[in-house]
Amino acid sequence: MQATLEIGRQEHEAQAALLTPEEAARPVIQLEGIHKTYTMGDVEVHALRGISLTIREGEFVAIMGTSGSGKSTTMNIIGCLDRPTRGTYILDGQDVSALSKDERADIRSRKLGFVFQGFNLLSRTSALENVELPMLYAGVDAAERHRRSVEALRSVGLAGREQNHPNQLSGGQQQRVAIARSLVNNPALILADEPTGNLDSRTSVEVMEIFQRLNRERGITLVLVTHETDIAEYAGRVVVFKDGRIRKDYKVTAPRDAAEELKNLPPVEEDDEEMDAAELAVAD
Amino acid sequence: MNFLMIIRIAFRALARNKARAALTMLGIIIGVSAVIIMVSIGQGAQASVQAQIESMGTNLLFVSAGAQNVGGVRSGTGDSGTNTLTVEDLDAIKREVPSVSMVSPQINARTQIVVGNQNWSTSVQGVSEQFPDIRKWPVASGDFFTDADVRSAGRVIVIGQTIADNLFPGQDAVGQTVRVSNMPFRVAGVMARKGQDPQGRDQDDTAFAPYTAVQKKILGSTRVQVAYVSAVSADATYTAQQQVGDLLRQRHKLAPGTPDDFTVRNMSDVAEAANQTNSIMTILLGSIAGVSLLVGGIGIMNIMLVSVTERTREIGIRMAIGARSSAVRSQFLIESVVLSLTGGFAGIMLGVLASVVVPWMLGWPTLVSTTSIVGSVVFSAGVGIFFGYYPARKAAALDPIDALRYE
Repeated sequence: MQATLEIGRQEHEAQAALLTPEEAARPVIQLEGIHKTYTMGDVEVHALRGISLTIREGEFVAIMGTSGSGKSTTMNIIGCLDRPTRGTYILDGQDVSALSKDERADIRSRKLGFVFQGFNLLSRTSALENVELPMLYAGVDAAERHRRSVEALRSVGLAGREQNHPNQLSGGQQQRVAIARSLVNNPALILADEPTGNLDSRTSVEVMEIFQRLNRERGITLVLVTHETDIAEYAGRVVVFKDGRIRKDYKVTAPRDAAEELKNLPPVEEDDEEMDAAELAVAD
Repeated sequence: MNFLMIIRIAFRALARNKARAALTMLGIIIGVSAVIIMVSIGQGAQASVQAQIESMGTNLLFVSAGAQNVGGVRSGTGDSGTNTLTVEDLDAIKREVPSVSMVSPQINARTQIVVGNQNWSTSVQGVSEQFPDIRKWPVASGDFFTDADVRSAGRVIVIGQTIADNLFPGQDAVGQTVRVSNMPFRVAGVMARKGQDPQGRDQDDTAFAPYTAVQKKILGSTRVQVAYVSAVSADATYTAQQQVGDLLRQRHKLAPGTPDDFTVRNMSDVAEAANQTNSIMTILLGSIAGVSLLVGGIGIMNIMLVSVTERTREIGIRMAIGARSSAVRSQFLIESVVLSLTGGFAGIMLGVLASVVVPWMLGWPTLVSTTSIVGSVVFSAGVGIFFGYYPARKAAALDPIDALRYE
């Protein structure tokens, strides 16, 4: 799977030679004049008042804004959990603005990966089974499910933790299981909703390191919702929402490098197993 | 997403709450086993009555003195002081009805049989020499009395196995002399063992003598209360019943429109009456048990609703990562069916086990029917689907955004 991704990318690079870097990559998300209106009793609440946004393949975008700014609504629409009241949304070349509930479920299954603030892993279910879950609904056969899950867990540094249940894992480890789960169906896009909201600052950096690595090494498109400015600084582009509109949309000239920062952080006492696992992942 | 996968998920979800799953199943287990036990007791009773009746021969007719309720369900033997049936009537039936092959009165005399210093209180039945053929009840040793004994009112007796065992333990009763009502009777033979009748009475605790002898020497009365009539074949039974009835009305000079002063019943009527009683009992008991199955189903629905609420977040996660509504619905529906079916199978095992233990402990015959087993499986699956559908639909209708936010 990595190989095909690799080839796909090389083809793109070949075509991209003639284009400006801005236009080089294919758009993954195209939002055009998106409105979302909720009716609460007699009152109409305009959550989104015309959003247009294009995110291209390989981008790492942070969406920022205060609560009520419309960033969560946008996130739900991008994640095909919700439909816009007006406007078009083209995801990976397909118009998904008006799909039914089941069609959206299929889109989520094939094209999207989710990482949530509260991890949202199934309790009393092993890490491996949690990671296998999206493939279950995508109809991947058992052997392939197992192979991909082991591989995904290894890529987030959790080799050897396959059989652990969420309550046997630290918050950071749980979030890494969630990242592995979002990866296994090779989505066009990974959506992370406040992924560091429940983590301490060191663990937050660790999680951001994984995101940056996935983005750089595997070219995975990432959209991250956060209200913390320092977390947004790890992204390559920041979109700021306010009152249902996009207020700012800018490139980060020198994003923070999580891997570098981790090296400079003083080592903390972590249990040996986890260190071993991380080393294993590096060795691979 | 294949079916086997969904079943595995369902089992795993149930395994997470073992105590709860077991308690929920208990309702179904009790319901199903109750249905199986009740039906098997009912059917056991029915089968034993049926077997008894069949052993008596399907071409058998009962003629009794006095009218009984039309429909002939009551098992009274016309023992109400009526003298409407005579030996002459029976002779006429034998002589004039072509579809009748054999006739025997049955005149019951309660008396004592004495041998030496031993005595045995029993009933001596006055019958004709054709009795063993009519009742399909052979003689085990010795002979039955003959036509000549009947004509001469001979003091000959044929005893049942129970009497033989008690009065002549360890010796051959045939040829011995016993005293009945202070008169010597020669034991001509011993009847084959017959066992209990459906009412639990010992049929071997009885003796047979020529009806003439019983009438004249023991009872001193010429009354005939009951007679057995055998039709030439099973098919001829209804014809024989009709013809016997016509003949008796003619002989008793009953004007058209007056009710019969006798009753002719065939074994099918008796069997049907017995069956009807048993069926009503079986249905009644089965329905009461069925109600408990229904209550078990409501228990499943209750638990499934709780489960859907509890697992709202899990449903949200599954939906967010690509589960269709139908997959969520199937998951909960199958969980409920797994609960009810597992309970159903456990209930069947318990019910079958109880159906084996009941005859052993209480002495009631039981018959586990495949119908009740298959019925229980189908019914418990049905209960699972019926009572699981609403909670499953509720789960599938959840909005993933709300479900994910649910605390």
